[in-house]
Amino acid sequence: MIHSLFLINCSGDIFLEKHWKSVVSQSVCDYFFEAQEKAADVENVPPVISTPHHYLISIYRDKLFFVSVIQTEVPPLFVIEFLHRVADTFQDYFGECSEAAIKDNVVIVYELLEEMLDNGFPLATESNILKELIKPPTILRSVVNSITGSSNVGDTLPTGQLSNIPWRRAGVKYTNNEAYFDVVEEIDAIIDKSDDVSFHPCIRFKRWESERVLSFIPPDGNFRLISYRVSSQNLVAIPVYVKHCISFKENSSCGRFDITIGPKQNMGKTIEGITVTVHMPKVVLNMNLTPTQGSYTFDPVTKVLTWDVGKITPQKLPSLKGLVNLQSGAPKPEENPSLNIQFKIQQLAISGLKVNRLDMYGEKYKPFKGVKYVTKAGKFQVRT
Amino acid sequence: MSSNSFAYSEQSGGGEATELGQEATSTISPSGAFGLFSSDLKKNEDLKQMLESNKDSAKLDAMKRIVGMIAKGKNASELFPAVVKNVASKNIEIKKLVYVYLVRYAEEQQDLALLSISTFQRALKDPNQLIRASALRVLSSIRVPIIVPIMMLAIKEASADLSPYVRKNAAHAIQKLYSLDPEQKEMLIEVIEKLLKDKSTLVAGSVVMAFEEVCPDRIDLIHKNYRKLCNLLVDVEEWGQVVIIHMLTRYARTQFVSPWKEEDGLEDDEKNFYDSDDDQKEKTDKRKKSYTMDPDHRLLIRNTKPLLQSRNAAVVMAVAQLYWHISPKSEVGIISKSLVRLLRSNREVQYIVLQNIATMSIQRKGMFEPYLKSFYVRSTDPTMIKTLKLEILTNLANEANISTLLREFQTYVKSQDKEFAAATIQTIGRCATNISEVTDTCLNGLVCLLSNRDEIVVAESVVVIKKLLQMQPAQHGEIIKHMAKLLDSITVPVARASILWLIGENCERVPKIAPDVLRKMAKGFTSEDDLVKLQILNLGAKLYLTNSKQTKLLTQYILNLGKYDQNYDIRDRTRFIRQLIVPNEKSGALSKYAKKIFLAQKPAPLLESPFKDRDHFQLGTLSHTLNTKATGYLELSNWPEVAPDPSVRNVEVIELAKEWTPAGKAKKENPAKKFYSESEEEEDSSDSSSDSDSESGSASGEQEEEGDSSDDSSEDSSSEHKSDSESASEVGNKRTAKRNSKSKRKRDSEDGENENEKSKTSDSSNADSSSIEESSSDSESESESESESESRKVTKEKEKKTKQNINPLTKDVSLLDLDDFNPVSTPVALPTPALSPSLIADLEGLNLSTTSSVITKEVRLKTSEEKSRKIFKDYNPHIMVSTPVFVPVKTHVLLHRMSGKGLAAHYFFPRQPCIFGDKMVSVQITLNNTTDRKIENIHIGGKRLPVGMQMHVFNTIESLEPEGSITVSMGIDFCDSTQTASFQLCTKDDCFNVNIQPPVGELLLPVAMSEKDFKKEQACLSALHLPAQQTQEC
Repeated sequence: MIHSLFLINCSGDIFLEKHWKSVVSQSVCDYFFEAQEKAADVENVPPVISTPHHYLISIYRDKLFFVSVIQTEVPPLFVIEFLHRVADTFQDYFGECSEAAIKDNVVIVYELLEEMLDNGFPLATESNILKELIKPPTILRSVVNSITGSSNVGDTLPTGQLSNIPWRRAGVKYTNNEAYFDVVEEIDAIIDKSDDVSFHPCIRFKRWESERVLSFIPPDGNFRLISYRVSSQNLVAIPVYVKHCISFKENSSCGRFDITIGPKQNMGKTIEGITVTVHMPKVVLNMNLTPTQGSYTFDPVTKVLTWDVGKITPQKLPSLKGLVNLQSGAPKPEENPSLNIQFKIQQLAISGLKVNRLDMYGEKYKPFKGVKYVTKAGKFQVRT
Repeated sequence: MSSNSFAYSEQSGGGEATELGQEATSTISPSGAFGLFSSDLKKNEDLKQMLESNKDSAKLDAMKRIVGMIAKGKNASELFPAVVKNVASKNIEIKKLVYVYLVRYAEEQQDLALLSISTFQRALKDPNQLIRASALRVLSSIRVPIIVPIMMLAIKEASADLSPYVRKNAAHAIQKLYSLDPEQKEMLIEVIEKLLKDKSTLVAGSVVMAFEEVCPDRIDLIHKNYRKLCNLLVDVEEWGQVVIIHMLTRYARTQFVSPWKEEDGLEDDEKNFYDSDDDQKEKTDKRKKSYTMDPDHRLLIRNTKPLLQSRNAAVVMAVAQLYWHISPKSEVGIISKSLVRLLRSNREVQYIVLQNIATMSIQRKGMFEPYLKSFYVRSTDPTMIKTLKLEILTNLANEANISTLLREFQTYVKSQDKEFAAATIQTIGRCATNISEVTDTCLNGLVCLLSNRDEIVVAESVVVIKKLLQMQPAQHGEIIKHMAKLLDSITVPVARASILWLIGENCERVPKIAPDVLRKMAKGFTSEDDLVKLQILNLGAKLYLTNSKQTKLLTQYILNLGKYDQNYDIRDRTRFIRQLIVPNEKSGALSKYAKKIFLAQKPAPLLESPFKDRDHFQLGTLSHTLNTKATGYLELSNWPEVAPDPSVRNVEVIELAKEWTPAGKAKKENPAKKFYSESEEEEDSSDSSSDSDSESGSASGEQEEEGDSSDDSSEDSSSEHKSDSESASEVGNKRTAKRNSKSKRKRDSEDGENENEKSKTSDSSNADSSSIEESSSDSESESESESESESRKVTKEKEKKTKQNINPLTKDVSLLDLDDFNPVSTPVALPTPALSPSLIADLEGLNLSTTSSVITKEVRLKTSEEKSRKIFKDYNPHIMVSTPVFVPVKTHVLLHRMSGKGLAAHYFFPRQPCIFGDKMVSVQITLNNTTDRKIENIHIGGKRLPVGMQMHVFNTIESLEPEGSITVSMGIDFCDSTQTASFQLCTKDDCFNVNIQPPVGELLLPVAMSEKDFKKEQACLSALHLPAQQTQEC
């Protein structure tokens, strides 16, 4: 299935290659660079590219391209999903999925890739199994290893690999047994209609179907139990509002910019971590703005305005006002830019979802249980 | 297939050779001149020394550096002899890195690679299964033809290994050996056949993968394993699931008859088909009369359904395509929700999923109609995502949602992304042709766009208008006149050319204007673009033929100008036209037909989806994405006319019994597979065929053996029995627990308040500012009390609403009762917040510069007041129809499913102007089929309307699938009264009397006006003795 993998950074350097079948020359990436050039924006590089002898399926993650080489028919999502799983694993092992982290840990990366794929077909992708096969780097371990000569590589088959619950290793023992739930909800401003869930494979689907209870043997460590999507039919559930007045005068080289953010229906919780990002039109040269709160930056090259607002205090609503300098002589922009808003509300799940209870069976100890709720902005866009 | 891979290996071999050659020369190149290479050489020397040292740490360091070189794509092949010596190292990490090196370079250094073989052969016998498996992996990855027999032997042995992990690796090795030496095919098929019988979930995915690569045409190998694969599917790892589902889709299309022809009575059959399973003959007889689904076919459809909930997008897509290709049409609907969920994922997944939805939405609009808004475009979406979403929106457009969509398109047209804006204009054109009600509206909107500043927008609009007018040429004299006027202002050549072509085509419909346009054009001929000049010549020719009296001289003047033009194309065209239209001796026979040639009926261009022809590829495949057949694509065959013998899938009972005894034992060692498919079995046991009975029987036998410790993976993952009893006890526990928690909650709610206070105060000190609630029952009471205390700040009306919406989620028993939201009712339940006031106004508004913030006051005027009607008619500039600020979600029952024999109907006032007539009120009706049969021919029958009342009925619905729902819109002129409109809702067999009585509020139309005007109008109204308050509902 997957023949080779190339990792490419933003400036177009291939800094890692791995082949699972016979070697494919780096020159195959030229087709990718060609497509990248055509697309202008990294976001627009098509994920599937056809070349005379191969197909290239790529993902863009954390400023890196993961380009895989395919030779025969394969479901594209299979490859895409796998590549994201690789990136997730790097993130998990090294704390970040960046060029530097990958270069620093190139041996572990190679060992991981070797275990994750055999002859192009996924072999072990569960984090719990991989971590038994290849231990994640820690400072302590690398010191110990260099002295004792012991290795990072496990020499027995991880128990999970053979079991039907590959996500959990056997014989997990802790002095404190804890179960934490983070209920993280994201609001999309263009609200969707229906609800749907996706589960970690550990959830017993039948019990969910018949009793609406999530019954599962959890993996050891952090994992995503379920993803759900609820429709928010009432518009009042949107916790912030934005007053905006953005205008460009015809035949003049300046415009007005004025936005104010306020809380709305926030159930008494503070809205924090607010950031507003605006992609200004190309004719904007510069912006002279005054924020009543927080700080703002405008990048004249990418034309992106970022306003880091912080918290909203209802007594004094944060606003950002000022003038926009336009390129003189250019026609005024037709469309006002959309505002992208990020925010966070702690201790609130806006859908009203709650972790009702957690029962544990088959173990004698009683774990400590904790639930944390966060509501965040997902793709939250205000059209002006 | 084999020739393909062979051809490829030649190519790649060649490629490598050249690559190698280059690198070889660079490393060998004389050292003096190139400092860089010499240092490389030196480095390698010191690596060699390290590898030869007797310290493991030095060796490990060296190997790590070498792997670093490989990773960067640098050549490290000259170290081969030094590295290969370490293949037998005791240190497992060194060993693994040596394996990495070997696999990379063995192909280039075949002779030296042979030195390592004996080590692997020894390792294949190692007691540690991980070592056996990795030895097999490396051995099979060394692409050295000489060792093919050794590999073959190793694979055969490994396929009988006790460890399923080793057997899995054997399945992978099959494919490797096959690509190295296709001659081995027959032997390999034997191994595949053997491994297909394997009962381990670990092996299933890998062996099916091998099957797909080596012998996808040997469908006969699957028969006996079909039911097993279906039953194991839920427990196979996710990657294997994808491969198996794709294979089974192909299988089903060759073995079962189409479920698509007659679906009536399907549900009934489903109930009894297991009984009829025993005597196949009866069934084949039956099939001739009415369709009965093969129980195996049903098994596959049913067992894949839970996987729609997988976290893996590829699995969800695989199930979706399976449903699309093999399930009865009435059941396909369930996949839409899951596919829409995937749209929350990253851009690559979105891209693929949207492509597949685009293909599906052409054939089955209804599937995705309820999710229309999920396809709305964000300005930050990449262009490729935007265009795909636009494509889907176009496919979903119908007369019920078109007004909302056009309003959405209005935003898109103004997008900074001009490529996308142009695509939107194309889309408007397609909507206009597909939905005849809005053709004129769209045309008007597009005409307005002609004065847009952006060239791309103008050009695209002209092209689209041209296409639209070409389809219905008769009615649009006015627009052609309008476009003729635009010639004075528009400068974009392609737009000017299109307008001229249009006038030429329709010159007989605008007899006064056409010659005048020609006159104007003749004046500026020399300064026009070449493109425009050609069209001026065309126009001249056409006019000369139809109206030579007025235009003869003009045309000749233009032809003269063209004769001396700098561009040879134009000179050629001029000569050609002159010969053709001006009669002289030489012109011959052709000139008689000049009129027919120039003014022939030209076929209108087809405006259709670019995804139209993709449906012949299997969904979810690479070929579908690329819209060309990819190497190795396996065609999905058509359903057979008569089903092949279904008994081939029967597994003989004797054989079963034999197999089951050891398998039962083996299950003690190997983890059992039934863990997550537990209740599946329960469900089946009552009605399943004999073999699955015995299966569950043996499974229950095995339950008695299980122990209680969960450390042992085999047991803890095993049997339904345990989990059943567990669940029973859980239920028991839950009951008591619930009682406890209920009584506890009372206490807790008091405590909770205090605790709540506490947690709030502790928050400030808590860095995370998160409250960790110790028990869930606490958390519930806490947040309940919180929400109550919060609600003080909220207005009462809003509070009600939030409660309404939260309620379904706070049910006691379920954690997450998401299914409470009935998707069927959603199209009605979610009215658009921003509805278009008037379509024409909408699209005419396209060219208006964005009104940045004119503060308007919104007033709803009662339309019945003649005064305000008049205001509308006069188009008072101060009063504009505006968007309703609030549209209630409430739906009214039109026909209850009990009284409608399973047909349910709800109606709802979308509060948008009616497209059927300006006196009418829009009513949206959602019809649900709750029966298990198709309901056909749904239409409105006899009407009993009060005098003056009028009604625009919806088009007859041919058929409504079981579980299906459809939303239609109709218009009713209530004559501004609250009188009831009574009519009959009819199906093929029945007629039901139904009534719609509008609330007063729904007869109003929202408008915007300045406060001053409002006061003025208000004064007028009070003169009519209407209390002022009544009109002030905002």
